[in-house]
Amino acid sequence: MNLHEFQAKHLFAAQGVPIPRGYVVRSSAEAREAAERLGGEAWVVKAQVHAGGRGHAGGVRVLEDPEGVERYADTLLGERLVTHQTDGRGQPVRAVLVEEGVAIERELYLGVLVDRASQRVVFMASDAGGVDIEEIAAEEPERIHTACVHPAAGLQPYQCRQLGFALGLGKAHMGALTRVMQGLYRLFLERDLSLVEVNPLIVTGEGRLLALDAKVTVDDNAVEVGRQAEIQDMRDLSQEEETEVRAAEHHLNYITLDGNIGCMVNGAGLAMATMDVIKLHGGAPANFLDVGGGTDAERVAEAFKIILSSPAVAGILVNIFGGIVRCDMIAEGIVSAVREIGVEVPVVVRLEGTNVEQGKRILADSGLDVIPADDLADAAARIVAAVGQSEPEGSESRP
Amino acid sequence: MSILVDEHTRVLVQGATGRQGSFHTEQSIAYGTQVVGGVTPGRGGERHLDRPLFDTVREAVAETGADASVIYVPAAYAPDAILEAADAGIRVIACITEGIPVLDMLHVKEALRGQAVYLIGPNCPGIITPEACKIGIMPGHIHRRGRIGIVSRSGTLTYEAVKQTTDAGLGQSTCVGIGGDPIQGVSFVDCLEHFEADPETDGVVMVGEIGGNAEEEAAAYVRAHMSKPVVAYIAGVTAPAGKRMGHAGAIISGGQGTAEGKFAALEEAGVATVRSPTEIGARIQALVSG
Repeated sequence: MNLHEFQAKHLFAAQGVPIPRGYVVRSSAEAREAAERLGGEAWVVKAQVHAGGRGHAGGVRVLEDPEGVERYADTLLGERLVTHQTDGRGQPVRAVLVEEGVAIERELYLGVLVDRASQRVVFMASDAGGVDIEEIAAEEPERIHTACVHPAAGLQPYQCRQLGFALGLGKAHMGALTRVMQGLYRLFLERDLSLVEVNPLIVTGEGRLLALDAKVTVDDNAVEVGRQAEIQDMRDLSQEEETEVRAAEHHLNYITLDGNIGCMVNGAGLAMATMDVIKLHGGAPANFLDVGGGTDAERVAEAFKIILSSPAVAGILVNIFGGIVRCDMIAEGIVSAVREIGVEVPVVVRLEGTNVEQGKRILADSGLDVIPADDLADAAARIVAAVGQSEPEGSESRP
Repeated sequence: MSILVDEHTRVLVQGATGRQGSFHTEQSIAYGTQVVGGVTPGRGGERHLDRPLFDTVREAVAETGADASVIYVPAAYAPDAILEAADAGIRVIACITEGIPVLDMLHVKEALRGQAVYLIGPNCPGIITPEACKIGIMPGHIHRRGRIGIVSRSGTLTYEAVKQTTDAGLGQSTCVGIGGDPIQGVSFVDCLEHFEADPETDGVVMVGEIGGNAEEEAAAYVRAHMSKPVVAYIAGVTAPAGKRMGHAGAIISGGQGTAEGKFAALEEAGVATVRSPTEIGARIQALVSG
């Protein structure tokens, strides 16, 4: 689960990590008031959306008068911001952050994450702040420095100094950097975070360290087990894909993709493999969908509705390897879903495992136009062929 | 022979009295696994599924001589259950539970460091040595005792590989589901090491997926140490970056952990890869009989 910048900064401040003074507002009049209350000669207005790349996309601007702040906030609020990290529709802007302008001496990068290889919390720092850190990692890896935290000992001051000197900071900054890093480490543990990025962490004209931006990702599992109630309240569903939210409410794991073959599979690995096999056969998956292990007929029906809510879907491939899930139960779910919602696109069904014969018989006896398949390769070939035939007329001539 | 578990393994069930725990324990018993008891705090002295229940794992181990345990307790309590089992001297701990917070697993792994414990999972189907010992939620009937070792991060996709090796007449020595979480117990490398040393295993199928670098580490291990043929499949070529594909660990982040990168590392190490999971059975058959 992702947080907004203003929420992340709120958490930072509570741990003593310095942030610029600012206000989050939801109307242009409030934006102007915020600028006036902050005082000074320049203000930064930042669109609050769950996506990086806001600067290049016109979602962040420095303004030099409160009227300008008001006008710019007005152009952002209620609109959608498209960045290189969003889809073509972009993310809705419902709030903007108005901050005091600060003089920037240097821009650094500081990140905290769970490193899977070392199975430790790791700090990453670079003197190349303010730019895409993935590019730096790929092109100039020597500019990225890491500190690996032992879970029992915790983050040590020497690790902060090591990173600090590697970043080219002087002795005068070591105390401040250590406080920033220790604050972020406490936050990471207390709030069950899986990622923190401060990009940039700046050295101001007066020589202070300041978290100019803040990105925080919370471990969904920790939210799910119920120990991060306050964080859960920060969730902004408007920033999440509508269909994915609806699927999650039904305990379905669903992710929208840009192809036209809907997929319904039990198990995450098999669901990915099914998408891959569709592609190998020349098709394109419209979604990832794992109906889960303990699924029932009702959930299968809901899965059909969710897949079909996308107008792009021209066919559906159902791939079930029944272990705990019984194929006859899945077949009943398919039959009732197809009857209830009137599926008009071709459906190919591959069933394997527990009670497979009963499942196949239920489908065959239903009289529905469901195409049975022998195995996954056969299923993929059949759905790709079926979708190819059902291509709407004139689609070729579209510009 | 086989790896980690066999017909002599004495299995304890932590969380045996819950709905999931009861169902899968019944299945394991029916499969012929030596399930020697269950642990549910507060219900010590009772019986469940014709097996004794204990309040603590330590007590259960003392009474039954259990050397393996399977965990079906909810995510919030599973780390505690893993550590309790390890502390009681259990050697193989299979944690089926999905959804354990990653920082909890980080601390569990640290606590287990240096102990003679094999943690399988979490978020996994478990481990099975066919016709001897089934610990976990996999459907027993698709397995046959045989000569292929299978190690996988996935559940149902593993069953796909199992069925193909069964249909090909090869069967399996042991199948290990190492789980879909970012921090897990035994790794691909740990399992490959055991399969390499196991005289009953002629070849290995490994099923990976996007995220992390466990497959790359496995590739380096195969190149340096494996004499037996290995067939690998990686799921998620079509998965978009930055999206978690069902499993907590299945995510491409910062350009790392792509299926293409894993295929490339494995191929460079001399591992036979298949681009479709439907080719696993034929490929391993050709390699072990060739």
